[in-house]
Formats: sequence, structure tokens, C-alpha cells
Amino acid sequence: MSAFLEVKNLSVAFPTEDGIVQAVDSLSFSVEKGKTLGIVGESGSGKSVTSLAILGLQKGSKARVSGEIWVDGNEIISASEAEVRKLRGKAMSMIFQDALAALHPYYTVGHQIAEAYLVHNDVSKKVAATRAIEMLDRVGIPEPHKRVNDYPHQFSGGMRQRAMIAMALSCNPSLLIADEPTTALDVTVQAQILELLRDLQKEFGTAIILITHDLGVVAETADDVLLMYAGKQIEYGTVRDVLQVPQHPYAWGLLTSIPRLTGDPNLALTAIQGAPPSLISVPSGCAFHPRCTYVDNVGTACTNIIPELIPVSEGKHHSVRCHMSAKVRQDIFANKVEPQL
Amino acid sequence: MTSVNNPILSVQGLTKHFPGGREGLIGKRDVVQAVDGVNFEVAAGEALGLVGESGCGKSTTGRLITRLLEPTAGTVTFEGQDISHFSNAQMRPIRTQLQMIFQDPYASLNPRHTVGTIVSTPFKINKVTPEGGVKKRVQEILEIVGLNPEHYNRYPHEFSGGQRQRIGIARALALRPKLIVADEPVSALDVSIQAQIINLMKDLQKDFGLTFVFIAHDLAVVRHFAQRVAVMYLGNIVEIADRDTLYATPKHPYTKALLSAVPEADPDATGARERIRLTGDVPNPINPPSGCRFRTRCWKAAEICAIEPPALLQIGKTQVACHFPE
Repeated sequence: MSAFLEVKNLSVAFPTEDGIVQAVDSLSFSVEKGKTLGIVGESGSGKSVTSLAILGLQKGSKARVSGEIWVDGNEIISASEAEVRKLRGKAMSMIFQDALAALHPYYTVGHQIAEAYLVHNDVSKKVAATRAIEMLDRVGIPEPHKRVNDYPHQFSGGMRQRAMIAMALSCNPSLLIADEPTTALDVTVQAQILELLRDLQKEFGTAIILITHDLGVVAETADDVLLMYAGKQIEYGTVRDVLQVPQHPYAWGLLTSIPRLTGDPNLALTAIQGAPPSLISVPSGCAFHPRCTYVDNVGTACTNIIPELIPVSEGKHHSVRCHMSAKVRQDIFANKVEPQL
Repeated sequence: MTSVNNPILSVQGLTKHFPGGREGLIGKRDVVQAVDGVNFEVAAGEALGLVGESGCGKSTTGRLITRLLEPTAGTVTFEGQDISHFSNAQMRPIRTQLQMIFQDPYASLNPRHTVGTIVSTPFKINKVTPEGGVKKRVQEILEIVGLNPEHYNRYPHEFSGGQRQRIGIARALALRPKLIVADEPVSALDVSIQAQIINLMKDLQKDFGLTFVFIAHDLAVVRHFAQRVAVMYLGNIVEIADRDTLYATPKHPYTKALLSAVPEADPDATGARERIRLTGDVPNPINPPSGCRFRTRCWKAAEICAIEPPALLQIGKTQVACHFPE
């Protein structure tokens, strides 16, 4: 096995009163050490459910998880809770969007970082406390030996996010899952946090999964991009391929609809019509077809048959889930999409 | 400061201080200086963007303009009338002209009211009967904002986030106001929906000659909506200019840093741009830095910055509050 994390045909479904919700549907991807995969999608596209499945956090819940998740040679889905717990923290770790909700308000920041370190390392409390100070220093908290005794509410938003990163990285995990780590932060602080993650990755060779809805954040940090829509991966490839020669009409829609700092601001933005579907009633065939501008190019396939994930060209890492032929996609991209980018 | 022609709204020395916590039982109360001496004017028919990071006072400014809050000092002049200390009764006729769109389309609509009730409430409160009746008018407005007029009897939970924001816009439009304050109208929406709402508001501005104060933290969104942009930091305006000038030649170091921090969705563009990384966070507005409030994070800060607060001065086409502008 070459990649540190390998996910094969991952599906997660939740039985609800209104029927089965297929939150994630046959997802396959891999992340190597020292690399970053950006998972992009709108609310309800299955990004966060995917990350919880990798951490094995759906064990014991009603979720039906199938497929394979290999973390450093260990399969997560078939493993017991105790086995997965051993991997959490050490082999893989997670940072959440809302640091205030993820940190315990009753314990000091230092206590919470030390606790994670104590669970996974056979050391004294003193060593763990020193480790907490060391980690706070590493993530750029000023005067760490003092701030280690502060409670989360005494930290600012950016500092809390740093503290959570310190906690997640205290055991040197090889895989870090960051779920919208900067969405709640201001742009100037977001830039600091993304830079910190990049520096730490360079130093420790961490594999990172970055979950976000912001294509700008992906462009700045990711090596590979996985684009999700209604629980399915609809495009997957290197960040250059997906953002510069995107193949799926949804990717085109996203890239032409975001306001940018360049280009003519007086031109209307090309919005994607409609709204993302509810997972209880996912449209038939290609889930994107009710919103797709190019559905007429194919005929009835879009509304009836779920498209396969196929490589854009022979042997290429870049793959897409769309019924249009490579030739048609290329023409549309060159004539209608590229001029707007 | 330079005045715009025919201002519909003029704000002078606008200040809002909120009472903060107390030190001990009998100690002095802290004062949160949310907005501190803000001046600007908005011309009829233009869209002024108000940008800044959380805690800079942009939302408080919006709420002072619409008089959801009463200013501590300074004046808000709307169509030549000083409304700074108007009572609720005095504000009622003004509110037909001055409406607000809120950030959270889930929190700003009453879940127990139908869309028809929500959008017709402004008529009821102001005892206005439009030509052809309220229902007909409401259905017209629903159509204008891109909703199905037959959904008149549906409840907010039956709509998606983007559609709910359209309901909020319809409510703001109901009385045909002249000025709309939109506070982060798209930041709670999915990326693919944001463009729909921006386009809708742009069309409305054109079709009805509306004036907008558009409050947002996203510089790229503001660039696509506003003709003039004011940048706020810790309760002050640090720079105002027309859009093209501000984005092409930012004069205030903070504006420059803010622009350089926006991630661009192009892997090649991000490497090419100049990057300015600010250190630290925005200071606490209870105890803002002396002199220039940005100096603690500014790479150009010198002695004078700590002593004297810089005034908002005209340099070329820009007004900037900095001792060492770019």
C-alpha cells in the first residue's frame, strides 16, 4: 500500500423516519504523507460525514457504513472501537470548525492538550504539561508558559483555532483531518492559520484532508481536490487540473459564480440555477441534472442513469462523473467556461 | 471630507459605546467602543460597501443607520432629516423609506408566519393599502424576487436558504424604500446560491433606483456589488474610495493586508501575488490602542502612530486615515 490513507467505495447511509439518507455514496480516494487533499462541496454534500467515517466516529450509531478505509495498513470499518481508539490521536486526528464548541470550557487549554498526550504516551503529567507548552509555542501562541493556564474563553477566535491545532498535533499524527478549519475566522487570521498548517505539514510530513467550501482556500493549500455533490464524488484530480481545466458542469458553475478580485466587476456573475438537493429525495440519474445547463447535450441518460466516474483521458489521475463525451466537454469548456475564468 | 452629490444619507461623527462588564461590584463599567466617530455619505442610487473583519463595527453602523440602535454621539441624517434620536413613533414613517436585509435567513423570518404574512406585515404596520390590494402587491413582489407567487401560503421551513433570503429581500422591498441596508446578505448561503442573490440585488438596484449600504466581510463579494467602498477597523473608517481605486491602489496598510489575505481560486495566481501577513488578532474594543488603532498590527507603525489618531484625509481619489499611506 503506497498511500497513507486509502478509501475504497465508502458509503454511509442513515435510516431516518423519512427513509434512508445516502449521505456518502461509493467514494474512493487516497492521500499520501506530506500531501493535502481538499474535499469541496456545499452543505449536505457529505464532506463532514466522510471525515467522521475515516475517524471511525460513526461506530455505535445508526449509520450504515460500507466499503474500505485503510489508515496506515489498518482497516477502520471492520475494526473494533478499541482498535480505532488506539489510532485516533496518534495515527489520525481532527480539527473542527468551531473551536469554542470543540474545547471544554471547564478545563484550561493546557490541561486539554496534555490530556491528549497522556492518553497516547506513557509519560508523567509533568512531561505532558511541558509538551502542552511546547505545542502552544509551536503554533504561535505568545507567552505559552502563561497562556497554557488560560481557559478557552480567554483566547481569541484565532488563538482557539491554534490551540485546537496544537491539541490535534500533540501526538504527531500522520493524518490530520481539518473540517472547515478557517470558516469561522477573519481573512487575515485565516491566512495565518493556513500558513501554520502548511509549515507544520512541511516539518512533520503530515497527510492533511482539508474540508472546505472555499475554492480559494483549496487553491492555496491542496495538492489534490475531490469535488462532492449530493454524496458522490463528481470530480477528482490535482488542484491544477480541477481548478484550471475543470470537467464537470458543477465545477464550471462554481468557478464562474464566485466573485473574484480580478476580472470585470460590472459583469453579472454566472449563477448556478436552483439549490442543492435534499438527500432524502436525490434526483434520478445524475444528481446535478436539474441544475445543469448542458443536460440537453446528452438526451435522456442524465435523467435516468447515474454516470460512472471515468478518467478524463487514458491513465490520468483526473476523473469526472458526467455523461458528456470528452470532446463535447472540451468544446464547452474552451468556448463558454474558460473565457469567464 | 468630500461630500457626494445629492446625499440621501449622511453620517457625521457617528459613535456607539456599549456598556461592558464591571470590575468588581462597585468598579467602573468598561465601555465597548464599537463605533467611534464615523463619517460618510451615501449618494442616491449608489451602493456603498462597508467592509471589515468581525468586531470592526460594520454591523453596529448598519443598525445605527436604520435606527435599530440609538447613537451615543454623532448624527444620522436621512433625506435631510436628523433621525439620530427619533422615537419609534417618529421613525415609523421613515422606515417606509429605510429597510434592512439581515444575514441569517433562518433567524430573521418568523417560522409561524406564512410568506404572505411576512411580506405583507410592512403594509399592515404602516397602514398602507397599495393599489389593487395587499395580496396582489405581495404576489407581485414575490415574482420580482424570483419566487413563485403561488407560494404565498407556505411557511419559511418549506424554502431553501437562498429562497428564504429572497423572502427577506421581498419584505424589505414591500414598501418601495429608497435605502436598503443589507447586513452580510449572502455570507450564510452556499457558494452556488450567493451569485444568484448578488445578481438579484444588483438587478433590483438598477430597476428601482435603490440605494444600498452593503455590509460584508468578503472583499470579492463587495467588489461585485458596491460602487464605493469604505473599510472599517476597530470602530473607525480607515479608507474610503470608489471601487476601482480602492482595489487597484489601496492606500491604507490594513486595506492592503486585507486584500492580500483573500485566497484566490487559482493555484497559479496565489503564488504570484504579494503577501502581507498580519500578526496577531484585532485588539479588544474595550481598550483600543492609543493613536492609530491599527498600529499594533502594522508593519509601518512609528512613534507618531501611538500618539496621534490619524484623520481621514483626501489623497488623490481616496480618503485615508493613516500617517504613512501607501
